[in-house]
Amino acid sequence: MIEILKEFGPNFLWSDGYRWSGLAVTLWLLVTSAVLGLCAAIPLALVRTYGNRWLALPVQLYTLVFRGTPLFVQLLIIYSGLASLSLIRESPSLWWFFRDGMHCVILALALNTCAYTIEILAGVLRTTPRGEIEAALALGMTRSQVFILVLIPSMLRRALPAYSNEVIFVLHATAIAFTATVPDILKIAADVNAATFKTFQAYGIAALLYMVLACALVGVFRLAERRLLAYQR
Amino acid sequence: MKRCLIGLMLAASPLITWGAGEPLRFGVDPTYPPFESKQPDGSLTGFDIELGESLCSELQRRCVWVENAFDGMVSALKGKKFDAILSALSITEARKAEIAFSNTLYDTPARLVAPEGSPLQPTAESLRGKRIGVQQGSVFEVYAKRMWGLKGVEVVPYQSSDLTYSDLINGRLDAAFDDAIAVSEGLLKKPMGKGFGYAGEVVKSPEIFGPGTGIGLRKSDTALAGEINQALERIHQNGTYDRIARKYFDFDISPK
Repeated sequence: MIEILKEFGPNFLWSDGYRWSGLAVTLWLLVTSAVLGLCAAIPLALVRTYGNRWLALPVQLYTLVFRGTPLFVQLLIIYSGLASLSLIRESPSLWWFFRDGMHCVILALALNTCAYTIEILAGVLRTTPRGEIEAALALGMTRSQVFILVLIPSMLRRALPAYSNEVIFVLHATAIAFTATVPDILKIAADVNAATFKTFQAYGIAALLYMVLACALVGVFRLAERRLLAYQR
Repeated sequence: MKRCLIGLMLAASPLITWGAGEPLRFGVDPTYPPFESKQPDGSLTGFDIELGESLCSELQRRCVWVENAFDGMVSALKGKKFDAILSALSITEARKAEIAFSNTLYDTPARLVAPEGSPLQPTAESLRGKRIGVQQGSVFEVYAKRMWGLKGVEVVPYQSSDLTYSDLINGRLDAAFDDAIAVSEGLLKKPMGKGFGYAGEVVKSPEIFGPGTGIGLRKSDTALAGEINQALERIHQNGTYDRIARKYFDFDISPK
């Protein structure tokens, strides 16, 4: 165990000499896909809840498709499936994007977490206390002021507990990245296994790393909840 | 009732044809033609399979093939899921620390594969700035990373050789580095491999690739190792080895 940590610790944690470490890649995947997914989910959740039928329907269809199919299949379609289409390969800009495994993984993770986040946010919007909106209107706010100053901040605060779960799911979902050749924590664990044949230790270290990351995320979200949801206590 | 009896007899017939002694259980990952692969009907075929069967008949034991993922082979052998690994397992120093090996079964070369007419050579100078696919956990990954990875070549490890070949075809990779025979079977001989061929010369590196492949055995099973080595000697002498090898390869793969 100690020898494994001595020999492969750098690969897990910082750099293996000529590439990013497993931890750095996993964190990068988590942060970029969660940020992109959340940014897209906020307007789409508003459209899904308050938009007219023709706008809300495509969003509903999107969340249905991406929540109804396994993420692994989505990644395979984006990484291997699209690359086999000549349409993609012959367009320089599309091929520039899809040629890189990292782009494909981030796209798959972001699309997937976006779909789940839309449903979380839409659920929170449906339970907005009527009093909050009535109070805002009574103060003479316009419709857009109500959205920007009341509805959206209230939605984001109250979605925090459910959203913290979603972020942890995204962290766990990054473990599929190596299918698209992105060397994340799990790929390093597979390397350790191939080099030492100590399967339990190799994957055990990876599991511990994921757990430490998840605990850190839980801690950060708990702090945020304590501050942002203080009015509920 | 009669039909039922016949059914029972048919079900029992393999029991009657069992040879003397305990069956010999080989661990195999049948995803590596022409060494080991699965036919459409689910039966196993390949050079290793026929070699194993002829070793079993020399030892007068019945072969039982246990399918196992390649990267979990050594721990499964130690966990006694089978008695020996016969799955194109290269003899390496790292593996020797964990398990014992029989004498060398065969030695196949490593080669670079690229689109036909590619000027690439298996050297760091020629490959600088190129993307080279290798199978994760293989000796080819170790070689590519050590010899080229530090000198500006982008070495991309893949989970399986299928994924490597599909990325070579769709242009994500400039070349793939693998066992020459595995590439020939898995890619070059298939319709999808049209337009691809070997690039440059055979790559040799005994210190990384080892002396070839062997049968992996538990270190405690010294008696079995002795028996297998004797049986291997006999099938070399009586021509069985050459007969099977000619069926699969058009060049000599026997160890030096």
